[in-house]
Amino acid sequence: MSALGSALSLIAGFDRELAGIIALSLRVSLSALLIATAAGLPLAVLIGFWRFRGRGIIISMLNSFMGLPPVVVGLVVYLLLSRSGPLGFMSLLYTSSAMIIAQSILALPIVASLSHAAIAGVDPVIAQAARTLGATPSQTAVAVIREARYGIMAAVIAAFGRVMAEVGAILMVGGNIAGYTRVMTTAIVMETDKGNFELALALGIILMALSLLINIALHAVQKRGHFS
Amino acid sequence: MLRLTASGIRKSYGGIEVLNGCSFDFPDLGVYTLTGPNGCGKSTFLRICAMLEPPDAGEAAYSDGNGVLPHSISLMRRVTLVLPKVGLFNAAVFRNAAYGLRLRGITGREAEDRVNHALELVGLARKRNQNALTLSSGEAQRLGIARALVIEPEVLFLDEPTASVDERNTALIEQIIQSLRREGNTIIVMTTHDRDQASRLADRELLMPAD
Repeated sequence: MSALGSALSLIAGFDRELAGIIALSLRVSLSALLIATAAGLPLAVLIGFWRFRGRGIIISMLNSFMGLPPVVVGLVVYLLLSRSGPLGFMSLLYTSSAMIIAQSILALPIVASLSHAAIAGVDPVIAQAARTLGATPSQTAVAVIREARYGIMAAVIAAFGRVMAEVGAILMVGGNIAGYTRVMTTAIVMETDKGNFELALALGIILMALSLLINIALHAVQKRGHFS
Repeated sequence: MLRLTASGIRKSYGGIEVLNGCSFDFPDLGVYTLTGPNGCGKSTFLRICAMLEPPDAGEAAYSDGNGVLPHSISLMRRVTLVLPKVGLFNAAVFRNAAYGLRLRGITGREAEDRVNHALELVGLARKRNQNALTLSSGEAQRLGIARALVIEPEVLFLDEPTASVDERNTALIEQIIQSLRREGNTIIVMTTHDRDQASRLADRELLMPAD
């Protein structure tokens, strides 16, 4: 109980170390989300509108990669970025860039797969209606993507939820270096190990609050998408 | 003036023939009704005439003073088809009605005036800011017609516009068709399974047999 009290006073007092950790968490997760969306959304559009060989395999791969074990991603990124790895010359291991790379890989299948599901779920009559009103093929695609917008937003929010809560991969490639690669989840692991429960709890409360906010946003977005 | 000549149109789905050599000429402005039992190919004929899908054989040829026109996007933009399911967007009534104008790069004051006029005509002006997916099926059908009218089509196809609406909406839709007929700028081709409705509205009644 006293640990909880101290945790709350840490939050209320706006501890500088705590603020730094939260800021880095958000920076890493939002950057990863941006990259995953920039790559995943066009991929979803491509597989949503273009019938090509191997499309089914890509969809199945994206679906199964949604449950990719973070430690495996951490291991692969570690091997790629380690000094003797193929990308070792970039000296990215144990930097926030390495963490962003790992989280982007985890978020990409979620954004792509769920956005594709949203696009595929749009009633075919929407595309037909657009065509009857004089839409070119690309204008028709835009009309369909617009109809899928709430599903796409939900996909991005779901991916954000995953990367914010992730610990395994970023601990492996980031190294949890104080003031440099320490984020909320990795700090909670370390502070708990050290028996420093005040900071761990304070971070846990903030992480829970953020996760709650993300879920409220997701719910609101899904609600707006359902009129009929 | 655009003229439509359908000749020898054949279409099969999965080996089952839906249309076997359907021909008709639409030489004049006015209302043409297409009646026949369910499954006789009325909708397919309309979809082929509206260039939404190609026939297996035969053609839907559009011509004007300059001869037969190629099936291009510019020709497609001179005709439109209101689908039985309409296909409204998850957006405000106004935005739905303005869609065809946006595709043509018409925005601002002109778009506003044309959309307001069309919504007025179909009795939906009051609901211009409401989300289109909250409309009743009769209102949805009327919005589909308004969305088609704002682009001022030369040929307007209506596929079963009153099949899934109540009597009041049927009467309203019939009034809209009558007023378009009086304006006399459009070739209107509609399918219906109601023979009485066909005789109330049509300048020319076409009958499609079951087989």
